[in-house]
Amino acid sequence: MINDSAVAAGVSAGGLGRAQLHELYHYLQLTRQVEQALTNLYRQNKVIGGLYRSLGQEATAVGAVYALRRRTDGTGDVLAPAIRNLGSLLLMGAPPAEVLRQYMAKGNSPTAGREQNVHITDYQRGYLAPISHLGTMIEILAGVALSFRMRGERRVALGFSGDGATSTGAFHEGFNFAAVQRAPLVVIIENNRYAYSTPIERQTACESFIEKAGGYGVWSECCDGNDVLAVFGMTRRAVERARAGEGAALLEVITYRRKGHAEHDPQHYVPAEELKHWQERDPVDAFERRLLAEGWATPDELETIRARVAEQVERARDQAESSPMPEPEGALYPVYGDAEIARPWTRLSLPDPHLA
Amino acid sequence: MATVKEQTVRPREKPEHVRHTELGKPVTLLEAIREALWEEMERDPTVFLLGEDIGSYGGAFKVTEGFLDYFGADRVMDTPISEAGFTGAAAGAAHMGMRPIVEMQFMDFVSCAYEPLTNYVATSRWRGSGPVPLVVRGPVGGGVRGGPFHSQNPEMAFFHTPGLKIVYPATAHDAKGLLKAAIRDDDPVLYFEHKKLYRLPALRETLPNEDFVVPLGQARVHREGKDITVVAYGMMVHESQRAAEQLEQEDGLQIEILDLRTLLPLDDDAIVQSVRKTNRLLVVHEDTRTGGIAGEIALRVSERAFEWLDAPILRVTAIDTPVPYSPPLEDYFLPQVSDIVTACRYLAKY
Ligand SMILES: Cc1ncc(C[n+]2csc(CCOP(=O)(O)OP(=O)(O)O)c2C)c(N)n1
Ligand SMILES: [Mg+2]
Repeated sequence: MINDSAVAAGVSAGGLGRAQLHELYHYLQLTRQVEQALTNLYRQNKVIGGLYRSLGQEATAVGAVYALRRRTDGTGDVLAPAIRNLGSLLLMGAPPAEVLRQYMAKGNSPTAGREQNVHITDYQRGYLAPISHLGTMIEILAGVALSFRMRGERRVALGFSGDGATSTGAFHEGFNFAAVQRAPLVVIIENNRYAYSTPIERQTACESFIEKAGGYGVWSECCDGNDVLAVFGMTRRAVERARAGEGAALLEVITYRRKGHAEHDPQHYVPAEELKHWQERDPVDAFERRLLAEGWATPDELETIRARVAEQVERARDQAESSPMPEPEGALYPVYGDAEIARPWTRLSLPDPHLA
Repeated sequence: MATVKEQTVRPREKPEHVRHTELGKPVTLLEAIREALWEEMERDPTVFLLGEDIGSYGGAFKVTEGFLDYFGADRVMDTPISEAGFTGAAAGAAHMGMRPIVEMQFMDFVSCAYEPLTNYVATSRWRGSGPVPLVVRGPVGGGVRGGPFHSQNPEMAFFHTPGLKIVYPATAHDAKGLLKAAIRDDDPVLYFEHKKLYRLPALRETLPNEDFVVPLGQARVHREGKDITVVAYGMMVHESQRAAEQLEQEDGLQIEILDLRTLLPLDDDAIVQSVRKTNRLLVVHEDTRTGGIAGEIALRVSERAFEWLDAPILRVTAIDTPVPYSPPLEDYFLPQVSDIVTACRYLAKY
């Protein structure tokens, strides 16, 4: 069904124009294709450690971050992704080759091999590396947002939290602090039904996570996380409120983790019908159908975008694969600004414990 | 003992994978831990498990696989991601006569429960609230490319807290016997399981088909020798063994390896006894250098056996950084067999 009047007005449901919608489609494709490349590399033992996919959740990371002020000079909004928000980093400007090098533990990765997956910081582009400990980043982002408010900067901090991560003390303490301070912090609870194998019913006694917003006294909204425009619209409302000084917001997106917790998890605990139900609600397919149905894109245009992304990913993969692993002594990267790490005395050419 | 309502959920026979010892088959370190948990749960109805994904999933490393079906959801409890919450709750249950065993999905996350463990649990007996028979167990250690938050050895963050016991087994036999002792102990025990030892084929061992415990607080001579004492625990016991074999072949040195098994309380007597025999001491730990247990051991030996030393006390440890992710970096970070060999040669020549 082609919605001629919307096309004529140049706006879609999300208030976005054709070029922007194509951009969103590009990033959805990029996220999916980069992750598919990672899966292939993982199967060849070239991704080191575990691999956590966002298959079926790409619309959340991409749609939400599309609502941010994205800058490359350190003046924009600031994001902290969770493990399934690789798409948000790509949209903030992380080059795919950099991301692949990071997952492959290469010496020229953004962390020179010290850290893994989405644990990447770039203050210019506006993203902060999470640590694995769930909930911590909400505390950190509370402080990021607080500093924006204190300095009168019209910037916003955006954090993602899994449904499971809401159960941490850190999530509560961090978010409550931001709420009390009316700091410009927007937190999106990405409800994908599971935390590892644990279903949401064992994570919260609430009907939905968004019920908790009342307990914090903040603005809240919930939407279909597989509808990229709905996620974008909802996040934009929360972000612009926060930017205008109206304080923190708690958002929930309803989505689904279509793969296991990580690639090693065969997800036996997931009912087959459930998986099938969500396969049919694939966010990329849904957006594609909508773009075509409403006349925002032609099949050829979408094919061109997909092919361009495929080429981009292939180039990135080649770059990453041909990158070297780090030199062992890269382990001596300092933990202090004014002191070096002592080399083990047993590895000096003349071993001497006096030099330990 | 408190009364606990009879379990109604026992649909099956004891599954095969917890009967290896019963059937006379060897077990891995992980299987030894699993058997200890199972047998203690059968023996004592107050013993129950809490942790993330330990139920139908059987735990991230499958230690509690099959437990939910047999023991039911009240005794194999999946928790929210709330380490502080369920560790504190375990202490409350322990006060009421239960014997909870908390699984940390990775011991790296025990830091979230540092507050209840060090403030509430560790001080309980002393404050007059009675002992807290609680075990907190989970995987530790590096060498699996887990990066800085899935590879930690956080034992020394707790070593400084009076009131906690710390156990860190290196063999399947000790893993089973120490875990049983920990569960039966009236005081809180942190029990560390090196994830790289979990399924190591070389550690497969046929265990006595009987109810045995390994008492807490006692080190074990892993290898006898007369030239140098190497004190180690966990993974480093096995790295030291490899070094000792090399040193025997290439240098004719006889290295004695003392496996601490329990870090707190520390078995000073065993260390001192060995040092009095060999007169040389090397401490090896996978934990980082500053604030590692080597420092404490060195001082205790200085207090009690200084006159017996023929050389300075030395240590081989990880470097003072977080655990890096990339293989070449992690290998540089971790103590290697070659470091132990070098250090022993230095001591021998001293
Ligand atoms: C404090 C803490 N405890 C446990 C873990 C181990 N862990 C990693 S991811 C995960 C499940 C997370 O579920 P959720 O927050 O819903 O995010 P999702 O994986 O579904 O995106 C767990 C338990 C952790 N990282 N941090
Ligand atoms: Mg989840």
